[in-house]
Amino acid sequence: MISVVGEPEPVTRPARETLLELRGLSVAYGDVRAVDNIDLTISAGEILGLAGESGCGKTTVANAVMQILRPPAHIAGGSILFRGEDLTALSAEGLRKHRWRNVSMVFQSAMSALNPVMRVGNQFVDMMRAHERIDKRRALARTGELLEIVGIDPRRIRAYPHELSGGMRQRVIIAMALALRPELVIMDEPTTALDVVVQREILQQVSDLQAELGFAVLFITHDLSLLFEFAERIAIMYAGEIVEEAPGGRLHRNARHPYTLGLMRSFPPLTGPIVRMTGIPGSPPDLAAPPAGCRFHPRCPHCAAGDTELFALQTAVRPTLEEIAPGHQVACHLVERDG
Amino acid sequence: MHAADDVTFVLRPGTITALVGESGSGKSTVARLLARLYQPTAGQVLFDGVDVAGARRRRDLLRYRSQVQMIFQDPFGSLNPVKTIRHHLARPLRIHGRVERGGVEARVQELLETVGLVPAEKYAAKFPHELSGGQRQRVAIARALAVEPAVLVADEPTSMLDVSIRVGILNLMLDLKERERLAFLYVTHDLASARYVADTVLVMYAGQIVEQGAAEQVLQRPLHPYTQLLLASVPDPAVTERAPITARKGLAAAAVDPPPGCRFVERCPLRIPVCSERTPELVEASPGQSARCHVTAPSPARREDLHVEHVQ
Repeated sequence: MISVVGEPEPVTRPARETLLELRGLSVAYGDVRAVDNIDLTISAGEILGLAGESGCGKTTVANAVMQILRPPAHIAGGSILFRGEDLTALSAEGLRKHRWRNVSMVFQSAMSALNPVMRVGNQFVDMMRAHERIDKRRALARTGELLEIVGIDPRRIRAYPHELSGGMRQRVIIAMALALRPELVIMDEPTTALDVVVQREILQQVSDLQAELGFAVLFITHDLSLLFEFAERIAIMYAGEIVEEAPGGRLHRNARHPYTLGLMRSFPPLTGPIVRMTGIPGSPPDLAAPPAGCRFHPRCPHCAAGDTELFALQTAVRPTLEEIAPGHQVACHLVERDG
Repeated sequence: MHAADDVTFVLRPGTITALVGESGSGKSTVARLLARLYQPTAGQVLFDGVDVAGARRRRDLLRYRSQVQMIFQDPFGSLNPVKTIRHHLARPLRIHGRVERGGVEARVQELLETVGLVPAEKYAAKFPHELSGGQRQRVAIARALAVEPAVLVADEPTSMLDVSIRVGILNLMLDLKERERLAFLYVTHDLASARYVADTVLVMYAGQIVEQGAAEQVLQRPLHPYTQLLLASVPDPAVTERAPITARKGLAAAAVDPPPGCRFVERCPLRIPVCSERTPELVEASPGQSARCHVTAPSPARREDLHVEHVQ
């Protein structure tokens, strides 16, 4: 099963090699920094969840890793290392080879990711032939196998996208993302447009495939409760920054950043007592003029003008990520204070 | 095409009724029927005991619409971008003649305060693009409240909002239910939010209500296998051990000329022969909880059949 919560954390984890490393990455749209100086590492075979609300920069991170940022978006600083090689320095041809072969992506809207006037099979053939020398017959045969592993009848090779249900289209996209056996698959809200039953079936399948094939996943969503079940490690983004990062189970039990806690209090529970919830007051900041100091301070329940020393810190100094336990980092003045 | 088929339920003042189901289940159709955006092909919509489904006269429609208001999913599409918030709230007051000419401004401010947009004068002067999604949804609610309705139909009012502000809208619904004694129909696919606000839950599948009852009963002890499947599918960190989902693969039944029998039969793990032959009725299987299922909520006649089979 895909549940991570509640399982004891392994005492010794096999050391896994670093697959992708973002170092001080900043991405700007014109002058607006949508992603501001973030560090993030994904190991081979790991499922990393990246959660945050719309506009926090999570999709921009995905687009930067895929190197599909469109002007005016551009990398404003830092590096993206894939197996040690800086993607920001790659040539156009180098990038063409990197995309899909090393890193593939599953987009939120399967309907706009597939070509509506082309049979599904031919879209696979095009993609395969862009990356390797393979004849059409063999490419189609492989497409059939790929569709089969995501639970679609291989005869659907001849279908047009509109002939498939939403869930099937999303499976087609996942099959396409796995076609070249990439080491990293980015999934950007892959199930948000789907019904819960279909969502669970697809996540189960991705989880099984991941265990079998060993690819790493960068899973982007606004739905934190999904990540608690699905991701090994979770990073929380707010206003272009990573504010907290921890193993899934640990974050569930010991989240420390007030924003993470606020997000967790925003999902009513399906079981247990029903208590009045608060959500988070206010709304995310305008990134063209982000608040000084901690970007969350205008919405933070622990930021009040009373405590002058702390208040001055919160409103003037940007907190940095500090490790408070192995693998658990938080960017919050309150946490730094208790040591 | 029967998008909603033989749907019967009651909305009471001071209660929230959640209508849940997957996309295409017909839940939005029901909401729109209630708001008189569509007309039913058969059946009645009774308001205070009077059938309003056939109302044609402008006066009757105006009266009905002032009692039953709707809030839509998309707060970006439901407000006019070139008009101020004041305009949006003053217009229904004038159309429905709710206040004296001089009282409009005071009522606009009062409405904004009711939905938590304070200071009201500041918000009244703003344009929709100056507000966040959550604030716009509050304006949409204030506009619906302007005509002092008895019923509010809210079709997925939080699904386009950021996670952290959804709870604020749900809390507002709870407050309005208490303070204004409103009857809500809350249409959603989010079962956890339904549990948070609703007194009663209706579960729709392929155009039919397959289960209904007190919210906590339906969501904690679901009878219908479809409700069970829905609940098992929701991500919930509190659940540590999850039984694998046992639903059969299969597509939702077609709402176009549905064949006789249960519409969930293709996906149902509990199916028995009768399920493909006879359409199950909504049967009250435990006090205050009904389901449309031959297995978990057999009708009295069916129970006798079972008994006979058992004896033989």
